Amino acid sequence: MSNLTDLGVAAIRDGVANGDFSAREVAEAFNANVAAAADLNAFIVTTPERALEAADGVDADRAAGKELGSMAGVPIGMKDLFATKGVQTTAASHILEGFTPQYESTVSSNLWAAGAGMLGKLNLDQFAMGSSNETSYFGNVTSPWRRPDGSNTPMSPGGSSGGSSTAVSARLAPAATGTDTGGSIRQPAAFTGITGVKPTYGRCSRWGVVAFASSLDQAGPMAHDVRDCAIMLGAMAGFDPKDSTSLDLPVPDWEAALNSDLKGKKVGIPKEYRMEGTDPEILQSWDNGIAWLKDAGAEIVEISLPHTKYALPAYYIIAPAEASSNLARYDGVRYGLRDLPDGAGLQDMYAETRAAGFGDEVKRRVLIGTYVLSAGFYDAYYNQAQKIRTLVAQDFEKAWEHCDVILAPTTPSASFGLGEKDDDPLGMYLNDVFAVPASLAGLPAMSVPCGVTSEGLPLGLQIVGKAFDEQGVMNAGLAIEERAGFTAKPEKWW
Amino acid sequence: MSVNKENVAKIASLARIKMSDDELERMVPELNQILGWVDQLSEVDCSNVEPMTAVIPNELRLRADEVNADPKTGGDRRDDVLANAPAAEHGFFGVPKVIE
Repeated sequence: MSNLTDLGVAAIRDGVANGDFSAREVAEAFNANVAAAADLNAFIVTTPERALEAADGVDADRAAGKELGSMAGVPIGMKDLFATKGVQTTAASHILEGFTPQYESTVSSNLWAAGAGMLGKLNLDQFAMGSSNETSYFGNVTSPWRRPDGSNTPMSPGGSSGGSSTAVSARLAPAATGTDTGGSIRQPAAFTGITGVKPTYGRCSRWGVVAFASSLDQAGPMAHDVRDCAIMLGAMAGFDPKDSTSLDLPVPDWEAALNSDLKGKKVGIPKEYRMEGTDPEILQSWDNGIAWLKDAGAEIVEISLPHTKYALPAYYIIAPAEASSNLARYDGVRYGLRDLPDGAGLQDMYAETRAAGFGDEVKRRVLIGTYVLSAGFYDAYYNQAQKIRTLVAQDFEKAWEHCDVILAPTTPSASFGLGEKDDDPLGMYLNDVFAVPASLAGLPAMSVPCGVTSEGLPLGLQIVGKAFDEQGVMNAGLAIEERAGFTAKPEKWW
Repeated sequence: MSVNKENVAKIASLARIKMSDDELERMVPELNQILGWVDQLSEVDCSNVEPMTAVIPNELRLRADEVNADPKTGGDRRDDVLANAPAAEHGFFGVPKVIE
């Protein structure tokens, strides 16, 4: 028997169902990897007992001849943005430190119902605001990847789902949940050589997910390969009356319909993504992707998404505006931190609590959001950005007249060293330049590993699809995965 | 458009975030860099464009008109609601005195 922690979701599910190993053995193996990886700081809280409890339930069900769920026996990492009943949920912020939800998010409930168990709550950028996992109150997450130059510079696992990407890449978990507001699943997946899917807006319920920008937030799976993501997304998704934007649609069996034969499919290559100054290695990886999809039978067509350039600045108005509104709830009254100096009144308590409880990046975004929504500036900023958002969505609508999916790089660069970009908030935002347009349009998109740079760091390719066509996205992803032959792994140093 | 220290102080006050002079000084150039960058949106002629209201066409639903239709979002959960409050007494949230 090879190492259980080398296995992914499908292999664990099948192995448990066949009796090749028990769910408890799997949970114990991953619990041990989690316990030995404190240096990566991927987890804020570990819950080995929860993983074992779920595993024992699956083993008992199997022994009793009961039907097993689609994630039966698979222990996963849960991004600490999902409310988990009885387990601290912080969004990696000080203001929610110690918050213990009395309820379970819909997505995590769905996963437990499918037989998954929880290894722990994963670190992230504070309130999911960041692209490098350097804004967490609980410290940076370090990628398991290193440049092979012997410098041992700690590298960024991407963000905001950096604990998730690190946990999967370092084999602390076979899969993890992520959330993606403007690239927070896809960019960390690309940085760590794993696969991540952001489904159509509304596929996964937002109920019980700490809100960042509600019109953009979407949960999705992060795992080793396309099949594992398809299985896990199937377990996460589904209509939820508790989320007013939840899609009332059946959940397709994405795994069963996976098919990498792309004959008759058209793949669009957006010319505006070929931005000046793009790293030649990124362009090379994109060209490789084009060749692979052609080889899979697809026809390649050039398309135009003319408002691409404006998507990122529009995002950095819309997302902070929504965040400033969503984060108004942290007031020191109902939950979380309260900072009440002697003799202070209610207003002072709000301001002191929020000053002490929010990190710099969160404050920056709340201020930007407050400003663009304030009287006199609303039309010039917020309304203009929402109009640009309409134009970005219309660009995609027009593109779908010519193609079925779009292929682009996931990120403008490979991972960078922790600290190398943190004096430049705007430079950090540019990480999401290729990811944000699909977010603004609510479209399904994924990142799939496609190779490594000359520095030995992973790169990802992004596929964007039509609304509700996660299948088309994952099929194209599978075609790339089969041809990229991505087998690079981080060498264990932690 | 750009902001100065007084503007940032006003925004911080609207956002109920206390900021020291040093923090305000530090935020001014950071916010101006971001605001300067998003100003490029004004280049786009949007005179005939409707602002986005929903990315995926989706009708807002009404829930069934019955008490506690979904117990998770229904009533009778006072103790759960108060469980994480920094101060709670007699079934209420506790806050500093607001009436002199």
